[in-house]
Amino acid sequence: MNDEYTPRIVGFLCNWCSYTGADLAGVSRLKVPPSLRIIRVMCSGRIDPLFVLKAFLKGIDGVMMMGCHPGECHYQKGNYNARRRFILLQKILEAFDLEPERLGIWWVSASEATKYAKVTTEFAKEIEKIGPSPVANEIFL
Amino acid sequence: MSKLLKINKGVDEGTKALLEYLLEKDKVEGVITLKTINANQGICYSLITKPEELKDAVPLIPYMPNNEGKLLSRLTLREPLADPIAVVARPCELRAFIELVKRNQGSLKNYLFISHTCPGVYPLETNVNGSLEKKISQYWNKTKNTELIQDTRPACKSCIHFIPDNADIIVSLIGEADLDNNCNIFLSTNKGEEFAAGIEGEIGEKELESKEINLMQNKREEERKKLFEETNIETKGIEGLIEYFGKCIGCHGCSNVCPICYCNLCFFDSQPNETQPSWSESDLDRKGALRLPSGTIFYHLGRLAHISISCIGCGMCTDVCPVNIPISTIFSKVGESVQKAFDYSPGMDVEEPVPFGIYKEEEFTEIGEQ
Ligand code: SF4
Ligand code: SF4
Ligand code: FES
Repeated sequence: MNDEYTPRIVGFLCNWCSYTGADLAGVSRLKVPPSLRIIRVMCSGRIDPLFVLKAFLKGIDGVMMMGCHPGECHYQKGNYNARRRFILLQKILEAFDLEPERLGIWWVSASEATKYAKVTTEFAKEIEKIGPSPVANEIFL
Repeated sequence: MSKLLKINKGVDEGTKALLEYLLEKDKVEGVITLKTINANQGICYSLITKPEELKDAVPLIPYMPNNEGKLLSRLTLREPLADPIAVVARPCELRAFIELVKRNQGSLKNYLFISHTCPGVYPLETNVNGSLEKKISQYWNKTKNTELIQDTRPACKSCIHFIPDNADIIVSLIGEADLDNNCNIFLSTNKGEEFAAGIEGEIGEKELESKEINLMQNKREEERKKLFEETNIETKGIEGLIEYFGKCIGCHGCSNVCPICYCNLCFFDSQPNETQPSWSESDLDRKGALRLPSGTIFYHLGRLAHISISCIGCGMCTDVCPVNIPISTIFSKVGESVQKAFDYSPGMDVEEPVPFGIYKEEEFTEIGEQ
């Protein structure tokens, strides 16, 4: 691909923590990658593995899952479930050589705007390095 | 050591004698086993309550028209059985049933499980093209000699869980040199012993594990390794997925026959998954073309997300696929890696919960903290 490539990243953000953290990062005028499209979910436990697979099959270059720190989930156990689902997804991506490094999970609280800016920026750089998803131009899906 | 019941008949007749005994003595209300219809043209599972209906039962015929686990689940979906029913099932069928019971889709209560050390089954097509009958004698010869039966389902010749874990009664087949004249039956639970009590035969004691069983275990493991390596999905990325699943015609036969596919209404058949033309606009803008029906790879990866944790490798899916996609090999392979990640053995212990929906606070603590 050419030098113009800017990755397309989807972030599934928990309403109670990382989404608020993202908001705070915005208000605080912290720099966050423009390539990140945010989808707000009520809890990281709402991130159906199929959401993530669908995103990848639509040609998205990277997926971020974000939730409250363990022990701080609004619904007690959503992020523990998300953690297990993340492992499931990784195993499936690994099994087919589908670049599991394009998927990540982070715990970011509502007050951690700086952490939010940092991890999103780092991940965007990481994805830029990996390059565009080979899925993006496949018609045969 | 297990209790061993020796019946002076071939394994087929011996197993039937056991079923007849259970029915005639009113120890069970019914029996579920394979039965032929129209002089072997059809073979199907049947629920039998009259002993005379057992005459064309073929409990050990190497053929699996359905995964019986799914049938046992449907019979007890609403409520457990009121009276005991004896079922003859293969190890993978029992494991499938256990996985469904864990999901509240069935009850073990009042089932008496009769299974066997499993030499495998032939693909469904063998009963369509008439080759099944001709294969039966080689099947038993190879079983006597503890040989791998090359033309059984790929899932069978690579199956390493061919000893039933949840059976009350186990008919010993693999490596039984004299199976034409002698039926060795292990009574592996108290329940099994109670039900079989009083039947004509010799009672002794024996270890189920034998050198023949170990030999078969090694052969199956080798075959499994070979099959998994041939599939080689782990190095091919999206190209590999397209190579394998590109042929898929989207009939959803594989999920319909899968005993583990547990949703009442499959997500992939449901309204939210229907394709709206407008959803494809951005895809078309970028790609200029789109396969129809779309979502084929999504279906397979999605099914893996749902059931790889519980795939018991029965091979039904491969067997029904009209375009010969080696689905069960792929699902078993991915399943093995997912199951390992959670240290989970599907279908072994009904008390062991399915890994999704449960968690431990102190596990996987490095995840999310980078
Ligand atoms: S049975 Fe074969 S063709 Fe039908 S949906 Fe499954 S993989 Fe596709
Ligand atoms: S995916 Fe295939 S092999 Fe696995 S349980 Fe379902 S039908 Fe059997
Ligand atoms: S509410 Fe934030 S992860 Fe559950």
